[in-house]
Amino acid sequence: MGVIMKVTYFPGCTLKNKARDLDEYGRKSAEVLGITLEEPKAWQCCGGVFTTANDEIATKLSSVRLLRSAKDADQPLVTVCSACHNVVKQTNHAMKNDIVFRDRVNRYMAEETPYNGETTVYHYLELLRDVVGFSNVAMAVKKPLAGKKIGAYYGCLLLRPGKVLGMDDPENPRIIEDLIVALGGEPVIYARRNECCGGYVSAESPALAEKNSGKVIDNAAAAGAEMLVTACPLCKYNLEKYSSKLPIVYFTEILAEALGIKEEVNE
Amino acid sequence: MQRIGVFVCWCGSNIAGTVDVHAVAEALKTESGVVFSTDYQYMCSQAGQDIIKNAIHEHSLTGIVVCSCSPRMHEATFRKTAAAAGLNPYMVEIANIREQCSWIHKDMLSGTEKAIILGKAAVAKVNLNAPLTPGQSTVTKRALVIGGGIAGIQTALDIADAGFPVDIVEKKPTIGGKMAQLDKTFPTLDCAACILTPKMVDAAQNENIRIYSYSEVTEVGGYVGNFDVTIKRKARYVKEDICTGCGLCTEKCPQKKVPNEFNLGMDNRRAIYIPFAQAVPKVATIDADYCTMLKTGKCGVCAKVCTAGAIDYNAKDEFVKEKYGAIVVATGYNPISMEKFDEFAYSQSKDVITSLEFERLTNAAGPTSGKLLRPSDGEHPHKIVFVQCVGSRCENCAEKGKEYCSKICCMYTAKHAMLIRDKYPDTDVYVFYIDVRTPGKAFDEFYRRAVEEYGVHYIKGMVGKVVPEGKKLLVQASDLINGKQLHIDADLVVLAAAIEPDKSARPLATMLTASMDTNDFFTEAHPKLRPVESPTAGVFLSGCCQGPKDIPETVSQASAAASKVIGLLVKDHLTGNPCIAQSNELMCNGCSSCERVCPYGAITYEEKEFRMPDRTTKLRRVASVNPAVCQGCGACTVACPSGAMDLNGFKNNQIMAEVDAICKM
Repeated sequence: MGVIMKVTYFPGCTLKNKARDLDEYGRKSAEVLGITLEEPKAWQCCGGVFTTANDEIATKLSSVRLLRSAKDADQPLVTVCSACHNVVKQTNHAMKNDIVFRDRVNRYMAEETPYNGETTVYHYLELLRDVVGFSNVAMAVKKPLAGKKIGAYYGCLLLRPGKVLGMDDPENPRIIEDLIVALGGEPVIYARRNECCGGYVSAESPALAEKNSGKVIDNAAAAGAEMLVTACPLCKYNLEKYSSKLPIVYFTEILAEALGIKEEVNE
Repeated sequence: MQRIGVFVCWCGSNIAGTVDVHAVAEALKTESGVVFSTDYQYMCSQAGQDIIKNAIHEHSLTGIVVCSCSPRMHEATFRKTAAAAGLNPYMVEIANIREQCSWIHKDMLSGTEKAIILGKAAVAKVNLNAPLTPGQSTVTKRALVIGGGIAGIQTALDIADAGFPVDIVEKKPTIGGKMAQLDKTFPTLDCAACILTPKMVDAAQNENIRIYSYSEVTEVGGYVGNFDVTIKRKARYVKEDICTGCGLCTEKCPQKKVPNEFNLGMDNRRAIYIPFAQAVPKVATIDADYCTMLKTGKCGVCAKVCTAGAIDYNAKDEFVKEKYGAIVVATGYNPISMEKFDEFAYSQSKDVITSLEFERLTNAAGPTSGKLLRPSDGEHPHKIVFVQCVGSRCENCAEKGKEYCSKICCMYTAKHAMLIRDKYPDTDVYVFYIDVRTPGKAFDEFYRRAVEEYGVHYIKGMVGKVVPEGKKLLVQASDLINGKQLHIDADLVVLAAAIEPDKSARPLATMLTASMDTNDFFTEAHPKLRPVESPTAGVFLSGCCQGPKDIPETVSQASAAASKVIGLLVKDHLTGNPCIAQSNELMCNGCSSCERVCPYGAITYEEKEFRMPDRTTKLRRVASVNPAVCQGCGACTVACPSGAMDLNGFKNNQIMAEVDAICKM
């Protein structure tokens, strides 16, 4: 497949540490699918959490700088971590639509030209669906997942708030299931696929996170899933920590596996 | 030269509030042809009309301009006034200075200026008006009712009782519609079948009613009083007139695994089937998608067992052409698909069902013979959760639900809850609602009984999630009044799915040139004052095709539609619209442009002899308009490249004069 598009790629902190798999499988797969991921030279943390406090701009500035660098490169911005995607896309939405917030940020940054939310932000999954196309992904598959029963685990952050992220219906998502089908697997729909794993609560109250994560995995296993895929490093951490019932992998891993490049990445 | 009178209406303060009506009357006095100009508070009132009549006599008026509301509102009124004073009604023009002027302007100065311009345009047109005389057409004294549910049946019965023949076209093998699937009916709890099936039998036995079951309307032509309709009679592979409905074939058919749509797929039927015991007509139908004989040519069991010899594997679809004077649309509704509401786990658990499925589960003729049993394991459920407004009142979710209230769900859910508590007092029933809406006769009392006498737990709040776990359904919901989150381990969850118009409605509307709203409900001619007529003449609306309705309301509308049809069919002649197209044969070059754009098929071509300047004759092809079919839409006048086609009442020179009058300002 030739080069379809060059994009600015933001891995984020976690993907350089705990979630190397998510990053590396993603990079290699993008290459195969004709997407060139260009990492900005200097990037900072996305901000970690999108605060909804109206007077808070400090934690969002690094995201704005990132969005601006994509605008300067005249490229869409692609992220893959659920949390980074959430923060960057919400910040971009605010820069585009919240005039008071935008003006304050622009005054503070004091750049020559203001940033007004011009950059298009894609989650890696959206890139696959909307730019590459799942049908083209299916055509690039070398080693189909051969009917493996896979549960998509969305968690709470990937799709919400639904109207701002505009990625999929948060209550009835299809995007990961459609990818699983494209890769030759069999998606398993289970009720708790969009419930929270416990998130950061695991630091404060491990018992609560254990309860949440356990419910998700039990529900998926009861529905017949043989493995779960996720886009979120924190989800993977919690699910793995509190249950060993099912293997949990990043969606980029099954993508690389189906594209026949998994071993290459691991060499 | 015309002698024109101008009458400016105040419409109370509706117009006079933003338009200086005296100034308008004064300004129009000096327009060419105007000999009289005045204003009055309510021109449409008796006193106002008298002013017009007197002025016609006193000033020998030949044309009239009324500056008032939209012509949709009172054009007919003022035409009648003119006619009563001996003036041709088509010499009246309305300048709409209310909807298009006073209501949308806030400033008196600009409002007045615009009203004067609109008045001048109307005066310019009347100067070129000519008297028009409408033609007359005959009325075919037979009505067509499309859809054989309770709406269609009631309409047909009423029309037939008045002595007019009427045909019901029903796409399913039997009439009866949704009501035939229901168990009990609110608010009186009488059994649906007991009150519906006698009406079905009445319809079948009435000599004025002909039922085309398993049939669809495929083509509609013509116009009010004279519709030409093509009906497709789908091949049912059973001779309707010979089949006795004994049901032997349906017992012997070896193809037993066909999902039974009458029970919403909760059990199976055979490939040859009679939908239910009281079906009308009680005739078997072969389902071609499942019949082994039709698919492979090997079987023939039904033909062997049929003592009447009614089976005909070679049957083909037949097309019947009929003429009708009036058409009633009664195409009904369906619950929406639950596919996109997976938070309620409809696709994940058999024990999450819709309310219509619940009706079949409690119906004595249903798959469980009326015993309330869980579809998954046949056990009796002890805790049941009803979720209201699933897909109804769904803001900004056009891709999955509906913005409107489906209207019937509050009452049928109260009915379901009450029936459960009555039959199985050991069962706990929860109903989650946004609002409880019970505005009907004896409706609120009914709902109160469910709460107060039957102890149904009504909880204001919505269900957020249903998780199937083991044999239970874990329901997570909010209780808004107590500000609490609730977790209920239910055995059965019932979803009150929104209702939507039947899918056949949209193509039918296109055939009928009848308008629909964005939700595919048929639009009525006036939402308050003409609720059972479509804006298309001769097309009437009955039941849920026009909007969500319960049975009492549907039956009322069905009878109302019938009375409108009867009012049309008793007439021997209809007065047409004289504002129709006319071709100037001397200018027509026979190019067929007009024929191609005419949506009504009103234009044909004929060869005509013309005398040439050198006294020879020449045969030329020219357009000819059928005045009975032309609806006066004007498409041909725009398409005609040589300017031969013109629309009476809206002639090209009249329109241009209006435009000139506006541009002169």
